[in-house]
Amino acid sequence: MALVNSFSQGVITTTADQFLNWTRKSSVWWMLFGLACCAIELMQTQGPRADVDRFGAAPRASPRQSDLMVVAGTLTLKMALRTKVLYDQMPEPRYVISMGACASCGGLFQLAYSVCDGVDKVIPVDVYVPGCPPRPEALTEGILKLQEKMMTETWLVKRPAVGIEA
Amino acid sequence: MSVAGFEVEVDRGSGLETEEMTLNMGPQHPSTHGVLRFVVKADGEVMRRAVPDIGYLHRSIEKISEKVGYHGFMPYTDRVDYVAAMFCNQGWGMVTEKLAGIEVPKRGEYCRVIAAELNRISSHLLAVGTMILDIGAITPFFHAFREREKINDLLEELCGARLTYNYMRVGGVAWDLPPGYEEKVLAFLNQLEPMLDEHYDLVSENTLFRGRAASVATISAETAISYNLVGPNLRASGVRYDVRRDEPYSVYPELEFDVPVGTGMAGEVGDSFDRYYLRVQEIRESVKILRQCFQQIPDGPVVAKVPRKLKPPAGDAQIRVESARGDMSWYAVSDGSEFPYRCKVRTGSFAAMSIIEEISQGLMLADLVTVIASLDIVAPEVDR
Amino acid sequence: MDATEIFERLRAQFSDKIVSVDAEAVDPSAVVEGDAIVDVCKFLRDTEDLRCNVLTNQTGVDYKEDGYIEVVYHLYSYTHRHYAILKVRTPRDQGTIPSVESVWKAANWLEREIYDLLGVRFSSHSDLRRILMPEDWVGHPLRKDFVEPTEYHGISTTRESLLR
Repeated sequence: MALVNSFSQGVITTTADQFLNWTRKSSVWWMLFGLACCAIELMQTQGPRADVDRFGAAPRASPRQSDLMVVAGTLTLKMALRTKVLYDQMPEPRYVISMGACASCGGLFQLAYSVCDGVDKVIPVDVYVPGCPPRPEALTEGILKLQEKMMTETWLVKRPAVGIEA
Repeated sequence: MSVAGFEVEVDRGSGLETEEMTLNMGPQHPSTHGVLRFVVKADGEVMRRAVPDIGYLHRSIEKISEKVGYHGFMPYTDRVDYVAAMFCNQGWGMVTEKLAGIEVPKRGEYCRVIAAELNRISSHLLAVGTMILDIGAITPFFHAFREREKINDLLEELCGARLTYNYMRVGGVAWDLPPGYEEKVLAFLNQLEPMLDEHYDLVSENTLFRGRAASVATISAETAISYNLVGPNLRASGVRYDVRRDEPYSVYPELEFDVPVGTGMAGEVGDSFDRYYLRVQEIRESVKILRQCFQQIPDGPVVAKVPRKLKPPAGDAQIRVESARGDMSWYAVSDGSEFPYRCKVRTGSFAAMSIIEEISQGLMLADLVTVIASLDIVAPEVDR
Repeated sequence: MDATEIFERLRAQFSDKIVSVDAEAVDPSAVVEGDAIVDVCKFLRDTEDLRCNVLTNQTGVDYKEDGYIEVVYHLYSYTHRHYAILKVRTPRDQGTIPSVESVWKAANWLEREIYDLLGVRFSSHSDLRRILMPEDWVGHPLRKDFVEPTEYHGISTTRESLLR
């Protein structure tokens, strides 16, 4: 955020968009949505060493309170329908990180009969994190990339509500 | 009626009874360790029935085995149980070796046991840590994960991956132990043991934790055997059976270790606390095994000569491995070609999941979380 | 007790219901008539010196060429530490086998899985429905002639490869 500090100490000026984006990116609450192997790395990311809390990202249990859905793991066809329901429950603005090869394209399980090859067939994805599973550092990088994306959002324009096509 | 160890008087007719509710828990639920779903029929806070609905992580691993060949299936076995992937590697290796009649070199077997026991410690740390987290305490979770990260580092040095190791091969292991590995593992074990004592003081003696876990969801030995409950869950019910000791495989006959069983130290034999505490005890046994392994490991090759296009003779074979979640049995059928004809894994979590419907009757809704966590259910193991 | 002795005991008890015994295989096994499986299992569980008190594994294998599905029962005795492997053959179409749920409760889910993935029906099973696949799934995936559907509820099941 570009801060212009030309006033006396304690006063800063910025643009409304940047301020809003800054507050938003500093508290990315992600929904606990561990699906498979990547969920363990997701837990390690939130654990003591990677400590993603320092970037303001914290887990939430409910989709209604979350800004970010980290799709961590293989999405089966049985689960794909529920994923869409969960995504629809999240309030705007909402973001999706597709974590790992399975969520991004089916990965190892493209051979499987019961796996949805890629979460982007069901919901829109903002950041893809490669790896099988990605290391906590990689997911942290993914969250930072998402923060960069959040900083480019503009709010002070009239926007039509975004509908999700069924 | 008895609810979670307390006698509860439910007065019918005073207007306090409620209509039976059907609640849906999962598949996205923070305490279900992955994607499990329960349809709970509850009367207020008391569960009448909790019916598990599984299959949300069914990744058709068994069918894939028919397409990728014996060697190519090894990375997929990691994903059968990603928390304890070494055992799945070992299981697939062992069943193929049995089908094809391959002998693993001694050093290879020791490498397998070292890797597997390290993995057992990390798996039990995860089970114990998340159980406490689910019950409502957060600090021990960080303690457990701190130690787990150290094991991840050790295993990463061994095979290059933190979670899905793909370390073992048909006929042995992929690589020998790296130089200086013994010192690093022993240094880790030396600091793990005091941590376990600290953990004991912090959690196992904790009144609140005991209150939540003791005498909750007690499983008798008969029920456990009838449902084919295996591993720590079976031993917590008082059945002293460990595949490593009773159906010895690999180099376990040369190693000395105890098989702890549930004693009912906080409540009844076979309750959630016993299942939790058994895992803590097993970590200590694994430490013992690891120390012996490093003393006894011989020199030599780590992998046998196995043809790249492995074609075992037609027939079927079954082996059992004591995984972190108990006796994991691998059944493979060969038709003489280079692709397995059929592969089936019967895992510990599958049995543990099927018992929940019976043991959850009459428990409080909040105890369902304790039950899932204490049985140490990992979703991909249920669904495969 | 080793496998040969166990199968001799079974032959003595059930004579013509034991179709064949393969004692030479890596894991010796006996093929049992489908309608006798519950009795054989009860006998193995309840006889004092056999006492196969646990069903460690139950699975099905589709032998398409031979036209049958083989359901394999792996029994184990915690008391005597021995195995008994039984096999039951059933036709691929409309195959029905009596359920051993009354003998071991573990069979409940294992049989549901076999029904789901291979399409073998189990008579007198308490709750025979799909367990892993969605309720509205068509076909039994572990059969050798299973063809993967191209889409499920509008989600296509293939992905175009970017590597070309």
